[in-house]
Amino acid sequence: MKTLGKWFIVALMLVTAPVKAALDIVITEGVDAARPIAVIPFVWQGTGPVPSQISDVVMSDLTRSGTFKPVEELGLPQRDISSVDQFRSSQWSSIAAEAVVMGSVKPYGPDQYLVNFDLVDLVKAQMQSGSGPSSASEYLIDSRETVITAAQFRQYGHRISDIVYEKLTGIRGAFLTRIAYVVVNHGDKSPYKLMIADYDGYNEQMLLRSPEPLMSPSWSPDGRKLAYVSFENKKAEIFVQDIYTQSRSKITSFSGINGAPTFSPDGKKLAVTLSKDGQPEVYVVDIATKALKRVTNHYAIDTEASWAPDGQSLIFTSERGGRPQIYQVALASGKISRLTFEGEWNLGGSIAPDGRSMVFVNRTNGKFNIARMDLETRFMQVLTSTRLDESPSIAPNGTMVIYGTTYNGKQVLAAVSMDGRFKARLPAGQGEIKSPAWSPFL
Amino acid sequence: MDLKKLFKAMAVALPIMAISACSSTSDTETDASSSTSGSGSEQTSGGSVGTGVETGGVAPILTPAEQQRIKNQELRKEHIIYFDFDRSSVSAQFSEVLNAHGEYLVEHPNVRVMIEGHADERGTPEYNIALGERRAKAVSKYLQGMGVLPSQMSIVSYGEEKPLDISRTDDGFAKNRRAVLVY
Repeated sequence: MKTLGKWFIVALMLVTAPVKAALDIVITEGVDAARPIAVIPFVWQGTGPVPSQISDVVMSDLTRSGTFKPVEELGLPQRDISSVDQFRSSQWSSIAAEAVVMGSVKPYGPDQYLVNFDLVDLVKAQMQSGSGPSSASEYLIDSRETVITAAQFRQYGHRISDIVYEKLTGIRGAFLTRIAYVVVNHGDKSPYKLMIADYDGYNEQMLLRSPEPLMSPSWSPDGRKLAYVSFENKKAEIFVQDIYTQSRSKITSFSGINGAPTFSPDGKKLAVTLSKDGQPEVYVVDIATKALKRVTNHYAIDTEASWAPDGQSLIFTSERGGRPQIYQVALASGKISRLTFEGEWNLGGSIAPDGRSMVFVNRTNGKFNIARMDLETRFMQVLTSTRLDESPSIAPNGTMVIYGTTYNGKQVLAAVSMDGRFKARLPAGQGEIKSPAWSPFL
Repeated sequence: MDLKKLFKAMAVALPIMAISACSSTSDTETDASSSTSGSGSEQTSGGSVGTGVETGGVAPILTPAEQQRIKNQELRKEHIIYFDFDRSSVSAQFSEVLNAHGEYLVEHPNVRVMIEGHADERGTPEYNIALGERRAKAVSKYLQGMGVLPSQMSIVSYGEEKPLDISRTDDGFAKNRRAVLVY
């Protein structure tokens, strides 16, 4: 019965979604643990049909965060209010939720709309409703008023979600972010596509299409550029492309592997893998001067470097111990230390924005899953139970990981919360979807 | 035993006799048609098309070197070398195929070959690029050991990006762990 209710909420959410996205998230686990919140549909104060329902975006965002579970709309005692003045706390005494989001949208000019929203502390309101009338503003957590265009409805919805999420959790919301990924349609004349979309799969845009493979997109820290590998010249080469101007520049094109580019935290360098001198080794290349600095030197495979948030060290995958494991190298001293010991393989690691944990691919009993390790205690937790998991990418607020997996024989994207409790899948449209990269805050 | 040999000999001889008998009876027809088309020599070797004429022949006696060349030609039609999981050593079962390619490349120093390295879909894409390169290099080293010039060979690793089989089963994985010789 409980599960049925859970699916009802999810189903309702999907039915009310105004536009069918190319990628629509299906939550597979973890709704029960989420915190209830009430989101009242924003009141439309214009004539004719509402241009777009902002509160649907907010509800979807909060649900997808895994932290919140919007209360079913039909169960809300007041469904036509738009500000805290109209809020009657006495009517809300039986609602088990910690906060209420409400708002309004009204025409403001040609292609302009005034959007208001209030965030109400329901727990506080419920406690005070017994002690006689009080000023409603006492339990107002936040209130904003903004003018937007029709094209900005989704974007502003994400902005509201960011505010609500941060006010209630103390953690910055990552709803106004993008993901980059590769779509492959085997059999097409030009099967490889580099795409970007909003974090929830809406507003999908193609950045590059090629008859030859595209790999390993990685965001610049300002969210403006992507580094990636392209085989368009029948060999691996690293490019950086501006996502707004479309201008591309070739960064490395040595013989052998040119792979695994990741931007340094200051955006001036790329850590890359080159095999020009024999084995795959990690290098740092200065984007402006193209000057190379070799970081590793070993006859085994060294690859997949990722920066520590302070830019002082890299973690990378190395086979120097016989099997792929994750190592850390201090850039100043060149000192190398091994980080992972559990399981058969550990590879493809990246460090969370707070620098305290690391997310990577773990192979145990031949199964490939996403795992997280606390860098201080070295405690490792396998987060996923999907098949052939790879390419984990951490949200800029460190709460969620997006990764590539296999579902029904196809490559799809999936997401898991950093504690492993919330799990969701982004069903594939056409083709195989792989190599997701979560953008920084935009 | 001798009887057996005789039967064998007859089995070969009888069809030949039948063919020669057949061709002798249709001589006049052949002449007639050649007089109109003016290219009788082509017709006689053309089998039974229209005229009913058929010719027979025997395979030439080959020297061991010639036999090997023909065998190599067949082997060179095979240009994929498969590998075990997470392994990049060339297994003995593919040495014949690689020897055929190697001998051909040594005899033809102007011919260039591209060796593609591939991996299955397990592990990360970038690790698989490294693994694919190691497989391609193992093939290149093998050929170099036979005397193929390094300048004749180039290498590219596609990792798990160009699977032959996208079923993601053990059989599919096995087909994808490969090096491919592209001329």
